[in-house]
Amino acid sequence: MANVLELIDIRKSFGDELVLNQLSLSVPEHTATVLIGASGSGKSTLLRCINLLESIDDGQIFLDGDEISDPLINVDAVRRKLGMVFQSFNLFPHKTVLENITLAPIKVQGKKKEEAIESAQKLLKRFDLADKADQYPDRLSGGQQQRVAIIRSLACNPRLLLLDEITSALDPVLVNEVLSIVRDLKSDGMTMVLATHEMGFATQVADEVCFLESGNILERGSAQEVLHSPKNPKTQEFLKRVHEAGRL
Amino acid sequence: MTERVNSAWSPSSREAERAIARKRISRKQGLIAIVSSVFVIGTLIAIVVSSPGWEVVKKTFFDIDYGREVLPTVIAGLWINLQLTFIGGACIGVIALGLALMRTTKSPALTPFRFLATAYVDIFRGAPLILIILLVGFGVPALRLTGISSNVIFLGTVAVVLTYSAYVAEVIRSGILSIHPSQRAAARSLGLTSGQTMRYVVLPQAIRRVVPPLLNDFVSLLKDTGLVSILGVTDAVRAAQINSSRTFNYTPYVVAAILFLFITIPMTRYTDRAIRQRTNAQNSEGAI
Repeated sequence: MANVLELIDIRKSFGDELVLNQLSLSVPEHTATVLIGASGSGKSTLLRCINLLESIDDGQIFLDGDEISDPLINVDAVRRKLGMVFQSFNLFPHKTVLENITLAPIKVQGKKKEEAIESAQKLLKRFDLADKADQYPDRLSGGQQQRVAIIRSLACNPRLLLLDEITSALDPVLVNEVLSIVRDLKSDGMTMVLATHEMGFATQVADEVCFLESGNILERGSAQEVLHSPKNPKTQEFLKRVHEAGRL
Repeated sequence: MTERVNSAWSPSSREAERAIARKRISRKQGLIAIVSSVFVIGTLIAIVVSSPGWEVVKKTFFDIDYGREVLPTVIAGLWINLQLTFIGGACIGVIALGLALMRTTKSPALTPFRFLATAYVDIFRGAPLILIILLVGFGVPALRLTGISSNVIFLGTVAVVLTYSAYVAEVIRSGILSIHPSQRAAARSLGLTSGQTMRYVVLPQAIRRVVPPLLNDFVSLLKDTGLVSILGVTDAVRAAQINSSRTFNYTPYVVAAILFLFITIPMTRYTDRAIRQRTNAQNSEGAI
């Protein structure tokens, strides 16, 4: 299996604060890599670096074998191959659900409008949102907004999907409708890297779980290994705290 | 989702009592408002009318017959102000948008334009409009450039456009800066270029946000077109001036003021409503 994404010795700091330190990671095709760790451990920064929303200080990032950390690379072309979903949805409030989804296919990929609308409607139908196509995002529940945000990034047929704590801003009862989409995508063979605090969900979808602590991966392995029989004392400590908070 | 109001519902006796009490309170409050308004406004009128100079003022400022006589010329002048406002307003919109975009761009190729735009805004926002009108109105014809009109209406409009473009550019820029960076991040991560992000995501939201202050500027623009009268443009102010200097009766000024108010008061009311709707929309965004 070819690696879709390959990170080698990534280093990133904000001022004096070292956020990512010599971090390496490989993501094979059709797999889901789950990043866990406390807030501030560097999960979001890592995802933003992969998407080139942040520039790295050192190391290399390869997407399908091409080095995208090269400063001469066309960032827009790279981002066309990546989908990103944010914790706070970030839908465009002045556009309807359908317009949110078709914007990039029409303007970036140069698809015909009818074609883009047709495939957007197909996606909306698949995820039970067909009746919301003409609504504005502020009329939707948080769970519906996040599902639209996922569909928006799927509409560009990304090679790799980055999901940044996509359920953290949601009411607990809405979490599952969002996670079930991700489960669907996983069974479709979508390659994903996701940061999450939902350990039960991580167990279901993860091919590999990485525990991040102060900018590095302290422990990695299958969900069974990392989440249920962690070896590193810091992982044990983190999971104990998660368990106490009732999230496992 | 709100539940349907049950049609079989009739108010309980307690609610009926409350309704009566509420009605009594509101009747009492209405009465207080009327009494206090009559008292305050009546006192003001009494003070003005009983002042020693009132008869003279009434003759020189509120001569209804004379006002009716000069009305057509003042209205003809006001037509100039309105033309100036709309033609100028269109030019201002285009120039201000360009300035705002130049000031917010990060593209290295546009660096000199960013500096120039900043200098432009600093100068024209900082200098009094009346000075700009005088400098353009008298300075440009003195250059004796061929091809540039020395028509005072044209030069007056140019001066107003120069100044207001700087004001409006700042309003638009503040709107652009008020859009949360996460919107930009979302657009860029979809593969949109920075230009496309501005055009399809940032600018539409920014403009919507600054419509109320822009309407405010539009009202000010209409009033400030009256300043071009110092160049000799026969606008409403100038027309009134010509008439009153002929007869030493100031009623034409009052006529011009009232005509301006006929236009600006509805516009400001509309602006207030736009601001209120905007605020309500923001509040509902906040509730989610």
